[in-house]
Amino acid sequence: MLRFNDVSFSYRPSGREVRALRGVSLCVAPGELIGVLGSNGSGKSTLVRLANGILLPEEGSVEVDGLCTSDEMGIHSLRQSVGVVFQHPDDQIVATTVEDDVAFGPENLGLDRAQLRARVDESLAAVGLVGLERREPHLLSGGQKQRLVIAGAVAMKPAYLVLDEPTSMLDPQGRADVLAVIAQLRASGRGIVHVTHDLAEVVHADRVVVLRGGEVAFTGAPQELFVRPELLESCGLEVPPVVALVERLRALGVPVASGISDPTMLIEALWD
Amino acid sequence: MGLILQGIGYTYSAGTAFSQRALEGVTLTVERGDLVLVLGATGSGKSTLLRVAAGLLAASDGTASVDGEVLTRASARGVMGLVFQDAESQLFAETVADDVAFGPRNLGVATSDALAAAREAMKLVGLDPVTYGGRSPFSLSGGEARRAAVAGVLAMRPRYLLLDEPTAGLDAHGRRAVRGIVETMRESAGVVIVSHTAEEFLDRASRVLVLAGGSVAFEGSGADVVSDPSLLDVGDLRPPDVLRVQQLARTRGYDVGEFSLDPHHAAEKLARAGGWL
Repeated sequence: MLRFNDVSFSYRPSGREVRALRGVSLCVAPGELIGVLGSNGSGKSTLVRLANGILLPEEGSVEVDGLCTSDEMGIHSLRQSVGVVFQHPDDQIVATTVEDDVAFGPENLGLDRAQLRARVDESLAAVGLVGLERREPHLLSGGQKQRLVIAGAVAMKPAYLVLDEPTSMLDPQGRADVLAVIAQLRASGRGIVHVTHDLAEVVHADRVVVLRGGEVAFTGAPQELFVRPELLESCGLEVPPVVALVERLRALGVPVASGISDPTMLIEALWD
Repeated sequence: MGLILQGIGYTYSAGTAFSQRALEGVTLTVERGDLVLVLGATGSGKSTLLRVAAGLLAASDGTASVDGEVLTRASARGVMGLVFQDAESQLFAETVADDVAFGPRNLGVATSDALAAAREAMKLVGLDPVTYGGRSPFSLSGGEARRAAVAGVLAMRPRYLLLDEPTAGLDAHGRRAVRGIVETMRESAGVVIVSHTAEEFLDRASRVLVLAGGSVAFEGSGADVVSDPSLLDVGDLRPPDVLRVQQLARTRGYDVGEFSLDPHHAAEKLARAGGWL
Protein backbone atom coordinates (compact mmCIF):
# COMPACT_ATOMS: atom_id res chain seq x y z
CA MET A 1 0.00 0.00 0.00
CA LEU A 2 1.14 3.54 -0.84
CA ARG A 3 -0.40 5.69 1.85
CA PHE A 4 -0.53 9.40 2.70
CA ASN A 5 -1.48 9.87 6.34
CA ASP A 6 -2.73 13.38 7.17
CA VAL A 7 0.11 15.00 5.24
CA SER A 8 0.85 18.73 5.37
CA PHE A 9 3.57 20.61 3.53
CA SER A 10 4.56 24.26 3.09
CA TYR A 11 7.06 25.93 0.81
CA ARG A 12 9.10 28.72 2.38
CA PRO A 13 10.33 31.07 -0.32
CA SER A 14 12.48 33.77 1.35
CA GLY A 15 11.06 33.07 4.78
CA ARG A 16 7.39 33.35 3.82
CA GLU A 17 5.26 30.32 4.42
CA VAL A 18 3.13 29.14 1.51
CA ARG A 19 0.95 26.22 2.53
CA ALA A 20 0.74 23.71 -0.34
CA LEU A 21 -0.96 20.72 1.30
CA ARG A 22 -2.93 20.39 4.52
CA GLY A 23 -4.15 17.18 6.12
CA VAL A 24 -4.14 15.10 2.94
CA SER A 25 -4.83 11.37 3.27
CA LEU A 26 -5.11 8.85 0.48
CA CYS A 27 -4.06 5.31 -0.27
CA VAL A 28 -3.54 3.10 -3.28
CA ALA A 29 -3.28 -0.70 -3.27
CA PRO A 30 -1.58 -2.82 -5.97
CA GLY A 31 -3.84 -3.01 -9.04
CA GLU A 32 -5.76 0.11 -8.06
CA LEU A 33 -5.96 3.34 -10.02
CA ILE A 34 -6.48 6.48 -8.00
CA GLY A 35 -7.18 9.72 -9.83
CA VAL A 36 -5.95 12.89 -8.15
CA LEU A 37 -7.78 15.88 -9.55
CA GLY A 38 -7.26 19.54 -8.95
CA SER A 39 -6.76 22.80 -10.76
CA ASN A 40 -3.35 24.38 -11.36
CA GLY A 41 -2.05 25.38 -7.94
CA SER A 42 -4.20 22.96 -5.92
CA GLY A 43 -1.20 21.06 -4.57
CA LYS A 44 -1.18 18.14 -7.04
CA SER A 45 2.47 18.41 -7.98
CA THR A 46 3.53 18.79 -4.35
CA LEU A 47 1.70 15.56 -3.63
CA VAL A 48 3.66 13.84 -6.41
CA ARG A 49 6.96 15.06 -4.97
CA LEU A 50 6.01 13.75 -1.54
CA ALA A 51 5.16 10.29 -2.89
CA ASN A 52 8.75 9.10 -3.21
CA GLY A 53 10.52 11.38 -0.81
CA ILE A 54 11.67 14.19 -3.12
CA LEU A 55 9.88 16.32 -0.52
CA LEU A 56 9.26 15.19 3.05
CA PRO A 57 6.02 15.94 4.90
CA GLU A 58 6.09 18.53 7.66
CA GLU A 59 3.24 16.81 9.39
CA GLY A 60 1.85 13.35 8.87
CA SER A 61 3.66 10.64 6.94
CA VAL A 62 3.98 8.98 3.56
CA GLU A 63 4.36 5.20 3.73
CA VAL A 64 5.13 2.69 1.02
CA ASP A 65 4.57 -0.95 1.97
CA GLY A 66 5.48 -0.12 5.55
CA LEU A 67 8.51 2.07 4.79
CA CYS A 68 8.31 5.77 5.61
CA THR A 69 9.73 8.39 3.18
CA SER A 70 11.23 10.23 6.16
CA ASP A 71 13.24 7.16 7.16
CA GLU A 72 16.67 7.75 5.58
CA MET A 73 17.69 4.12 5.89
CA GLY A 74 14.82 2.90 3.73
CA ILE A 75 14.64 5.68 1.15
CA HIS A 76 16.58 3.84 -1.59
CA SER A 77 14.39 0.76 -1.61
CA LEU A 78 11.34 2.96 -1.20
CA ARG A 79 12.28 4.91 -4.32
CA GLN A 80 12.55 1.66 -6.25
CA SER A 81 9.00 0.86 -5.21
CA VAL A 82 7.54 4.17 -6.38
CA GLY A 83 8.14 5.31 -9.95
CA VAL A 84 7.37 8.94 -10.71
CA VAL A 85 6.62 10.39 -14.15
CA PHE A 86 6.34 14.13 -14.66
CA GLN A 87 4.47 16.29 -17.15
CA HIS A 88 7.26 17.17 -19.57
CA PRO A 89 8.96 14.14 -21.12
CA ASP A 90 11.82 16.23 -22.50
CA ASP A 91 12.95 17.04 -18.97
CA GLN A 92 13.21 13.36 -18.07
CA ILE A 93 15.00 11.81 -21.02
CA VAL A 94 18.74 11.48 -20.42
CA ALA A 95 20.26 9.16 -23.03
CA THR A 96 20.88 9.31 -26.76
CA THR A 97 18.96 6.17 -27.70
CA VAL A 98 15.63 4.80 -26.53
CA GLU A 99 17.12 1.62 -25.07
CA ASP A 100 19.90 3.44 -23.22
CA ASP A 101 17.36 5.74 -21.70
CA VAL A 102 15.30 2.84 -20.37
CA ALA A 103 18.49 1.13 -19.10
CA PHE A 104 19.63 4.22 -17.22
CA GLY A 105 17.79 3.34 -14.00
CA PRO A 106 18.27 -0.42 -13.81
CA GLU A 107 21.97 -0.08 -14.74
CA ASN A 108 22.48 1.10 -11.20
CA LEU A 109 20.96 -2.05 -9.72
CA GLY A 110 23.99 -4.27 -10.43
CA LEU A 111 22.19 -6.48 -12.95
CA ASP A 112 24.18 -8.55 -15.42
CA ARG A 113 23.93 -7.84 -19.15
CA ALA A 114 21.25 -10.40 -19.90
CA GLN A 115 19.09 -9.29 -16.99
CA LEU A 116 19.45 -5.66 -18.03
CA ARG A 117 18.54 -6.50 -21.64
CA ALA A 118 15.47 -8.37 -20.42
CA ARG A 119 14.38 -5.43 -18.26
CA VAL A 120 14.72 -3.01 -21.16
CA ASP A 121 12.83 -5.29 -23.56
CA GLU A 122 10.01 -5.97 -21.09
CA SER A 123 9.64 -2.28 -20.32
CA LEU A 124 9.55 -1.22 -23.96
CA ALA A 125 7.00 -3.95 -24.65
CA ALA A 126 4.87 -2.68 -21.75
CA VAL A 127 4.61 0.75 -23.35
CA GLY A 128 4.43 -0.36 -26.99
CA LEU A 129 7.78 0.96 -28.17
CA VAL A 130 9.29 -2.31 -29.40
CA GLY A 131 11.18 -1.71 -32.63
CA LEU A 132 12.34 1.77 -31.65
CA GLU A 133 15.24 0.61 -29.42
CA ARG A 134 17.94 2.45 -31.39
CA ARG A 135 15.89 5.55 -32.16
CA GLU A 136 17.17 8.88 -30.87
CA PRO A 137 14.63 10.13 -28.32
CA HIS A 138 14.36 13.59 -29.89
CA LEU A 139 12.98 11.96 -33.05
CA LEU A 140 10.03 10.49 -31.15
CA SER A 141 6.59 12.08 -31.07
CA GLY A 142 5.38 13.63 -27.81
CA GLY A 143 3.30 10.58 -26.95
CA GLN A 144 6.17 8.22 -27.72
CA LYS A 145 8.51 10.30 -25.54
CA GLN A 146 6.10 10.15 -22.62
CA ARG A 147 5.77 6.38 -23.08
CA LEU A 148 9.59 6.17 -23.10
CA VAL A 149 9.70 7.99 -19.77
CA ILE A 150 7.08 5.58 -18.39
CA ALA A 151 9.21 2.66 -19.67
CA GLY A 152 12.16 4.09 -17.76
CA ALA A 153 10.10 4.09 -14.58
CA VAL A 154 8.67 0.61 -15.28
CA ALA A 155 12.19 -0.77 -15.79
CA MET A 156 12.80 -0.31 -12.05
CA LYS A 157 9.88 -2.71 -11.46
CA PRO A 158 8.08 -0.36 -9.11
CA ALA A 159 5.01 -1.60 -7.24
CA TYR A 160 3.49 1.88 -7.61
CA LEU A 161 3.57 4.52 -10.31
CA VAL A 162 2.76 8.16 -9.73
CA LEU A 163 2.05 10.08 -12.95
CA ASP A 164 1.86 13.87 -12.86
CA GLU A 165 -0.32 15.13 -15.74
CA PRO A 166 1.35 12.67 -18.13
CA THR A 167 -0.90 13.56 -21.08
CA SER A 168 -1.38 17.29 -20.76
CA MET A 169 1.17 18.27 -23.39
CA LEU A 170 0.24 15.55 -25.90
CA ASP A 171 -1.89 15.49 -29.03
CA PRO A 172 -5.06 13.33 -29.03
CA GLN A 173 -3.31 10.22 -30.41
CA GLY A 174 -0.39 10.52 -27.97
CA ARG A 175 -2.83 10.97 -25.15
CA ALA A 176 -4.88 7.92 -26.11
CA ASP A 177 -1.70 5.81 -26.34
CA VAL A 178 -0.46 6.91 -22.90
CA LEU A 179 -3.89 6.27 -21.32
CA ALA A 180 -3.89 2.77 -22.84
CA VAL A 181 -0.45 2.11 -21.31
CA ILE A 182 -1.66 3.30 -17.91
CA ALA A 183 -4.68 0.94 -18.09
CA GLN A 184 -2.34 -1.91 -19.04
CA LEU A 185 0.01 -1.22 -16.14
CA ARG A 186 -2.90 -1.19 -13.74
CA ALA A 187 -4.13 -4.52 -15.13
CA SER A 188 -0.65 -5.96 -14.58
CA GLY A 189 -1.03 -5.25 -10.87
CA ARG A 190 0.72 -1.96 -10.28
CA GLY A 191 -0.87 0.61 -8.01
CA ILE A 192 -1.27 3.85 -9.92
CA VAL A 193 -1.81 7.43 -8.88
CA HIS A 194 -2.81 9.45 -11.95
CA VAL A 195 -2.70 13.19 -11.33
CA THR A 196 -4.68 15.27 -13.80
CA HIS A 197 -7.11 18.14 -14.13
CA ASP A 198 -9.11 16.27 -16.75
CA LEU A 199 -11.91 14.26 -15.22
CA ALA A 200 -12.40 12.36 -18.49
CA GLU A 201 -9.03 10.65 -17.97
CA VAL A 202 -9.95 9.08 -14.65
CA VAL A 203 -13.57 7.99 -15.22
CA HIS A 204 -12.43 4.38 -14.79
CA ALA A 205 -10.46 5.02 -11.60
CA ASP A 206 -11.27 3.03 -8.45
CA ARG A 207 -11.43 6.32 -6.55
CA VAL A 208 -10.73 9.95 -7.18
CA VAL A 209 -9.36 12.45 -4.72
CA VAL A 210 -10.07 16.10 -5.50
CA LEU A 211 -7.70 18.72 -4.11
CA ARG A 212 -8.74 22.30 -3.56
CA GLY A 213 -6.29 24.80 -2.11
CA GLY A 214 -4.13 21.97 -0.81
CA GLU A 215 -6.93 20.16 1.02
CA VAL A 216 -9.00 17.13 0.07
CA ALA A 217 -12.40 18.42 -1.09
CA PHE A 218 -13.74 15.03 -2.19
CA THR A 219 -12.86 11.34 -2.08
CA GLY A 220 -15.06 8.79 -3.79
CA ALA A 221 -16.11 7.13 -7.03
CA PRO A 222 -15.67 9.31 -10.13
CA GLN A 223 -19.37 8.88 -11.00
CA GLU A 224 -20.33 10.63 -7.76
CA LEU A 225 -18.46 13.71 -8.98
CA PHE A 226 -20.33 14.02 -12.27
CA VAL A 227 -23.52 14.94 -10.51
CA ARG A 228 -21.85 17.64 -8.41
CA PRO A 229 -21.06 20.40 -10.88
CA GLU A 230 -20.95 23.04 -8.14
CA LEU A 231 -18.21 21.13 -6.29
CA LEU A 232 -16.25 20.73 -9.53
CA GLU A 233 -16.64 24.41 -10.33
CA SER A 234 -15.36 25.40 -6.88
CA CYS A 235 -12.32 23.19 -7.49
CA GLY A 236 -11.57 24.74 -10.89
CA LEU A 237 -12.59 21.55 -12.71
CA GLU A 238 -14.93 20.97 -15.61
CA VAL A 239 -17.37 18.18 -16.27
CA PRO A 240 -16.19 16.55 -19.53
CA PRO A 241 -18.60 17.59 -22.34
CA VAL A 242 -19.98 14.10 -23.00
CA VAL A 243 -20.49 13.52 -19.27
CA ALA A 244 -22.43 16.80 -19.11
CA LEU A 245 -24.46 15.68 -22.10
CA VAL A 246 -25.25 12.34 -20.38
CA GLU A 247 -26.29 14.07 -17.15
CA ARG A 248 -28.64 16.31 -19.14
CA LEU A 249 -30.10 13.24 -20.92
CA ARG A 250 -30.71 11.62 -17.53
CA ALA A 251 -32.40 14.77 -16.27
CA LEU A 252 -34.66 14.60 -19.32
CA GLY A 253 -35.65 11.06 -18.36
CA VAL A 254 -33.53 9.18 -20.89
CA PRO A 255 -32.50 5.79 -19.44
CA VAL A 256 -28.70 5.90 -19.67
CA ALA A 257 -26.02 5.16 -17.07
CA SER A 258 -24.11 8.00 -15.45
CA GLY A 259 -20.43 8.48 -16.15
CA ILE A 260 -20.12 7.63 -19.84
CA SER A 261 -17.48 9.90 -21.34
CA ASP A 262 -16.89 8.38 -24.77
CA PRO A 263 -19.11 9.31 -27.78
CA THR A 264 -19.23 5.78 -29.22
CA MET A 265 -20.06 4.23 -25.85
CA LEU A 266 -22.84 6.75 -25.36
CA ILE A 267 -24.44 6.00 -28.73
CA GLU A 268 -24.21 2.27 -28.03
CA ALA A 269 -25.77 2.77 -24.60
CA LEU A 270 -28.64 4.71 -26.15
CA TRP A 271 -29.44 2.54 -29.12
CA ASP A 272 -27.94 -0.97 -28.79
CA MET B 1 -3.10 46.28 -44.56
CA GLY B 2 -3.15 43.19 -42.42
CA LEU B 3 -0.89 40.20 -42.21
CA ILE B 4 -0.81 38.70 -45.69
CA LEU B 5 0.84 35.38 -46.43
CA GLN B 6 0.60 34.28 -50.06
CA GLY B 7 1.61 30.94 -51.53
CA ILE B 8 3.97 30.25 -48.65
CA GLY B 9 6.29 27.26 -48.94
CA TYR B 10 8.93 26.30 -46.42
CA THR B 11 11.67 23.69 -46.57
CA TYR B 12 13.74 22.81 -43.52
CA SER B 13 17.45 22.15 -44.19
CA ALA B 14 16.94 23.07 -47.84
CA GLY B 15 19.70 21.85 -50.13
CA THR B 16 20.94 19.16 -47.74
CA ALA B 17 20.27 15.44 -47.48
CA PHE B 18 17.89 16.20 -44.60
CA SER B 19 15.77 18.61 -46.61
CA GLN B 20 12.13 18.42 -45.53
CA ARG B 21 9.19 20.25 -47.05
CA ALA B 22 6.95 21.55 -44.25
CA LEU B 23 4.64 24.03 -46.03
CA GLU B 24 3.30 24.20 -49.57
CA GLY B 25 1.28 27.05 -51.09
CA VAL B 26 -0.30 28.32 -47.89
CA THR B 27 -2.26 31.55 -48.18
CA LEU B 28 -3.56 33.33 -45.11
CA THR B 29 -4.68 36.86 -44.36
CA VAL B 30 -5.37 38.25 -40.91
CA GLU B 31 -6.91 41.63 -40.14
CA ARG B 32 -7.42 43.36 -36.86
CA GLY B 33 -10.41 41.78 -35.11
CA ASP B 34 -9.90 38.42 -36.80
CA LEU B 35 -9.51 35.20 -34.90
CA VAL B 36 -8.06 32.67 -37.32
CA LEU B 37 -7.96 29.10 -36.04
CA VAL B 38 -5.36 26.91 -37.77
CA LEU B 39 -6.02 23.25 -37.04
CA GLY B 40 -3.75 20.38 -37.90
CA ALA B 41 -2.43 17.09 -36.59
CA THR B 42 1.12 16.76 -35.30
CA GLY B 43 3.47 17.28 -38.25
CA SER B 44 0.92 19.11 -40.42
CA GLY B 45 3.09 22.23 -40.57
CA LYS B 46 1.08 24.45 -38.26
CA SER B 47 3.96 25.42 -35.96
CA THR B 48 6.13 26.15 -39.01
CA LEU B 49 3.39 28.39 -40.38
CA LEU B 50 3.27 30.26 -37.08
CA ARG B 51 7.04 30.79 -37.15
CA VAL B 52 6.86 32.12 -40.70
CA ALA B 53 4.01 34.45 -39.68
CA ALA B 54 6.10 35.66 -36.74
CA GLY B 55 9.00 36.48 -39.05
CA LEU B 56 11.23 33.92 -37.34
CA LEU B 57 11.53 31.78 -40.46
CA ALA B 58 11.85 33.34 -43.92
CA ALA B 59 9.51 31.58 -46.35
CA SER B 60 11.25 29.52 -49.04
CA ASP B 61 8.49 30.42 -51.51
CA GLY B 62 5.71 32.97 -51.68
CA THR B 63 5.39 36.43 -50.23
CA ALA B 64 4.70 37.67 -46.72
CA SER B 65 3.85 41.18 -45.65
CA VAL B 66 2.58 42.89 -42.56
CA ASP B 67 0.68 46.18 -42.75
CA GLY B 68 2.22 46.92 -46.12
CA GLU B 69 5.82 46.06 -45.23
CA VAL B 70 7.70 42.95 -46.31
CA LEU B 71 7.67 40.56 -43.36
CA THR B 72 11.17 40.05 -42.00
CA ARG B 73 12.66 39.48 -38.60
CA ALA B 74 13.16 43.26 -38.34
CA SER B 75 9.70 44.34 -39.51
CA ALA B 76 8.11 41.69 -37.26
CA ARG B 77 9.80 43.07 -34.14
CA GLY B 78 7.24 44.49 -31.75
CA VAL B 79 4.52 43.93 -34.38
CA MET B 80 4.09 40.17 -34.27
CA GLY B 81 3.66 38.69 -30.81
CA LEU B 82 4.36 34.96 -30.74
CA VAL B 83 3.48 32.83 -27.72
CA PHE B 84 5.10 29.42 -28.00
CA GLN B 85 3.49 26.25 -26.76
CA ASP B 86 4.55 25.62 -23.18
CA ALA B 87 5.55 29.29 -22.98
CA GLU B 88 5.92 29.21 -19.21
CA SER B 89 9.07 27.12 -19.51
CA GLN B 90 10.72 30.23 -20.95
CA LEU B 91 10.18 32.46 -17.94
CA PHE B 92 13.58 33.40 -16.58
CA ALA B 93 13.76 36.69 -14.64
CA GLU B 94 13.90 37.09 -10.87
CA THR B 95 10.48 38.65 -10.61
CA VAL B 96 7.34 38.36 -12.68
CA ALA B 97 7.35 42.12 -13.34
CA ASP B 98 10.91 41.99 -14.72
CA ASP B 99 10.07 38.99 -16.85
CA VAL B 100 7.03 40.64 -18.39
CA ALA B 101 8.96 43.90 -18.94
CA PHE B 102 11.81 42.14 -20.72
CA GLY B 103 10.15 42.28 -24.15
CA PRO B 104 9.50 46.03 -24.32
CA ARG B 105 12.89 46.75 -22.74
CA ASN B 106 14.54 44.64 -25.38
CA LEU B 107 12.72 46.72 -28.00
CA GLY B 108 14.45 49.80 -26.57
CA VAL B 109 11.55 51.11 -24.49
CA ALA B 110 12.72 53.13 -21.45
CA THR B 111 12.66 51.13 -18.21
CA SER B 112 9.83 53.07 -16.55
CA ASP B 113 7.65 52.80 -19.67
CA ALA B 114 8.50 49.12 -20.01
CA LEU B 115 7.46 48.50 -16.41
CA ALA B 116 4.24 50.43 -17.01
CA ALA B 117 3.55 48.31 -20.10
CA ALA B 118 4.29 45.23 -18.02
CA ARG B 119 1.78 46.28 -15.35
CA GLU B 120 -0.86 46.89 -17.98
CA ALA B 121 -0.20 43.51 -19.61
CA MET B 122 -0.38 41.73 -16.26
CA LYS B 123 -3.78 43.29 -15.61
CA LEU B 124 -4.91 42.14 -19.07
CA VAL B 125 -4.12 38.52 -18.24
CA GLY B 126 -5.63 38.76 -14.78
CA LEU B 127 -2.43 38.79 -12.71
CA ASP B 128 -2.63 41.68 -10.24
CA PRO B 129 0.71 43.56 -10.59
CA VAL B 130 0.80 44.34 -6.84
CA THR B 131 0.29 40.73 -5.76
CA TYR B 132 2.31 39.03 -8.49
CA GLY B 133 4.85 41.64 -9.69
CA GLY B 134 7.44 40.92 -7.01
CA ARG B 135 7.05 37.16 -6.99
CA SER B 136 9.47 34.73 -8.59
CA PRO B 137 8.07 33.31 -11.85
CA PHE B 138 9.08 29.90 -10.55
CA SER B 139 6.67 30.16 -7.62
CA LEU B 140 3.65 30.47 -9.92
CA SER B 141 1.22 27.64 -10.60
CA GLY B 142 1.00 26.32 -14.16
CA GLY B 143 -1.96 28.49 -15.11
CA GLU B 144 -0.47 31.64 -13.59
CA ALA B 145 2.87 31.00 -15.29
CA ARG B 146 1.19 30.58 -18.69
CA ARG B 147 -0.60 33.90 -18.19
CA ALA B 148 2.65 35.59 -17.14
CA ALA B 149 4.29 34.30 -20.33
CA VAL B 150 1.41 35.65 -22.41
CA ALA B 151 1.69 38.98 -20.58
CA GLY B 152 5.36 39.15 -21.62
CA VAL B 153 4.25 39.13 -25.25
CA LEU B 154 1.29 41.51 -24.73
CA ALA B 155 3.61 44.03 -23.03
CA MET B 156 5.20 44.62 -26.46
CA ARG B 157 1.73 45.68 -27.66
CA PRO B 158 1.82 43.51 -30.79
CA ARG B 159 -0.59 44.23 -33.64
CA TYR B 160 -0.87 40.51 -34.31
CA LEU B 161 -0.93 37.83 -31.66
CA LEU B 162 0.16 34.32 -32.64
CA LEU B 163 -0.55 31.53 -30.17
CA ASP B 164 0.67 27.93 -30.38
CA GLU B 165 -1.64 25.57 -28.43
CA PRO B 166 -2.38 28.28 -25.86
CA THR B 167 -4.64 26.16 -23.65
CA ALA B 168 -2.61 22.91 -23.65
CA GLY B 169 -2.00 21.71 -20.13
CA LEU B 170 -4.28 24.28 -18.49
CA ASP B 171 -7.19 23.53 -16.19
CA ALA B 172 -10.72 24.84 -16.71
CA HIS B 173 -9.97 28.12 -14.97
CA GLY B 174 -6.77 28.70 -16.94
CA ARG B 175 -8.48 27.88 -20.24
CA ARG B 176 -11.25 30.31 -19.47
CA ALA B 177 -8.66 32.98 -18.67
CA VAL B 178 -6.89 32.40 -22.00
CA ARG B 179 -10.19 32.54 -23.90
CA GLY B 180 -10.90 35.86 -22.19
CA ILE B 181 -7.46 37.21 -23.11
CA VAL B 182 -8.00 36.23 -26.75
CA GLU B 183 -11.37 38.01 -26.85
CA THR B 184 -9.84 41.15 -25.32
CA MET B 185 -6.86 41.12 -27.67
CA ARG B 186 -9.11 40.77 -30.70
CA GLU B 187 -10.42 44.26 -30.08
CA SER B 188 -7.06 45.79 -30.92
CA ALA B 189 -5.15 43.05 -32.73
CA GLY B 190 -5.45 40.17 -35.20
CA VAL B 191 -5.18 36.77 -33.53
CA VAL B 192 -3.97 33.46 -34.97
CA ILE B 193 -4.26 30.29 -32.91
CA VAL B 194 -2.80 26.97 -33.97
CA SER B 195 -4.04 23.83 -32.30
CA HIS B 196 -4.69 20.14 -32.82
CA THR B 197 -8.06 20.30 -31.12
CA ALA B 198 -11.08 22.16 -32.41
CA GLU B 199 -12.70 22.08 -28.96
CA GLU B 200 -11.64 25.45 -27.65
CA PHE B 201 -12.07 28.27 -30.15
CA LEU B 202 -14.30 26.82 -32.88
CA ASP B 203 -17.38 28.85 -31.92
CA ARG B 204 -15.38 32.09 -31.75
CA ALA B 205 -13.20 31.77 -34.85
CA SER B 206 -13.83 34.11 -37.75
CA ARG B 207 -12.02 31.60 -39.98
CA VAL B 208 -10.83 28.03 -39.67
CA LEU B 209 -7.98 26.56 -41.72
CA VAL B 210 -7.19 22.87 -41.63
CA LEU B 211 -3.61 21.99 -42.55
CA ALA B 212 -2.66 18.57 -43.83
CA GLY B 213 0.80 17.66 -45.05
CA GLY B 214 1.80 21.32 -45.11
CA SER B 215 -1.08 22.52 -47.32
CA VAL B 216 -4.44 24.09 -46.58
CA ALA B 217 -6.91 21.22 -46.91
CA PHE B 218 -9.96 23.18 -45.82
CA GLU B 219 -10.83 26.81 -45.24
CA GLY B 220 -14.15 28.05 -43.95
CA SER B 221 -15.97 29.42 -40.95
CA GLY B 222 -16.26 27.91 -37.49
CA ALA B 223 -19.99 27.53 -38.11
CA ASP B 224 -19.23 25.46 -41.26
CA VAL B 225 -17.24 23.01 -39.14
CA VAL B 226 -19.89 22.81 -36.40
CA SER B 227 -22.61 21.99 -38.93
CA ASP B 228 -20.40 19.46 -40.73
CA PRO B 229 -17.63 18.15 -38.45
CA SER B 230 -16.53 15.69 -41.13
CA LEU B 231 -14.76 18.68 -42.73
CA LEU B 232 -12.05 18.02 -40.12
CA ASP B 233 -11.41 14.55 -41.59
CA VAL B 234 -9.08 15.98 -44.25
CA GLY B 235 -6.71 16.98 -41.45
CA ASP B 236 -7.04 13.66 -39.62
CA LEU B 237 -8.57 15.61 -36.74
CA ARG B 238 -11.17 14.47 -34.25
CA PRO B 239 -14.26 16.61 -33.97
CA PRO B 240 -15.15 17.81 -30.47
CA ASP B 241 -16.78 14.91 -28.56
CA VAL B 242 -20.20 16.57 -28.35
CA LEU B 243 -20.30 16.94 -32.15
CA ARG B 244 -19.05 13.38 -32.54
CA VAL B 245 -22.05 12.10 -30.56
CA GLN B 246 -24.43 13.94 -32.90
CA GLN B 247 -22.55 12.68 -35.97
CA LEU B 248 -22.83 9.08 -34.75
CA ALA B 249 -26.53 9.52 -34.01
CA ARG B 250 -27.11 10.86 -37.53
CA THR B 251 -25.13 7.96 -39.01
CA ARG B 252 -27.58 5.63 -37.30
CA GLY B 253 -30.47 7.42 -38.95
CA TYR B 254 -31.64 9.61 -36.08
CA ASP B 255 -32.61 13.13 -37.05
CA VAL B 256 -30.81 15.43 -34.61
CA GLY B 257 -31.20 18.56 -36.77
CA GLU B 258 -28.54 21.28 -36.71
CA PHE B 259 -25.50 20.24 -34.65
CA SER B 260 -24.72 22.12 -31.46
CA LEU B 261 -21.47 22.45 -29.51
CA ASP B 262 -23.43 22.94 -26.31
CA PRO B 263 -23.86 19.64 -24.37
CA HIS B 264 -27.29 20.64 -23.05
CA HIS B 265 -28.67 21.55 -26.47
CA ALA B 266 -27.19 18.39 -27.93
CA ALA B 267 -28.82 16.31 -25.17
CA GLU B 268 -32.22 17.77 -25.95
CA LYS B 269 -31.85 17.03 -29.66
CA LEU B 270 -30.79 13.45 -28.92
CA ALA B 271 -33.65 12.92 -26.47
CA ARG B 272 -36.10 14.18 -29.05
CA ALA B 273 -34.55 12.15 -31.89
CA GLY B 274 -34.76 8.99 -29.77
CA GLY B 275 -38.42 9.60 -28.89
CA TRP B 276 -37.81 10.17 -25.18
CA LEU B 277 -39.09 13.74 -25.31
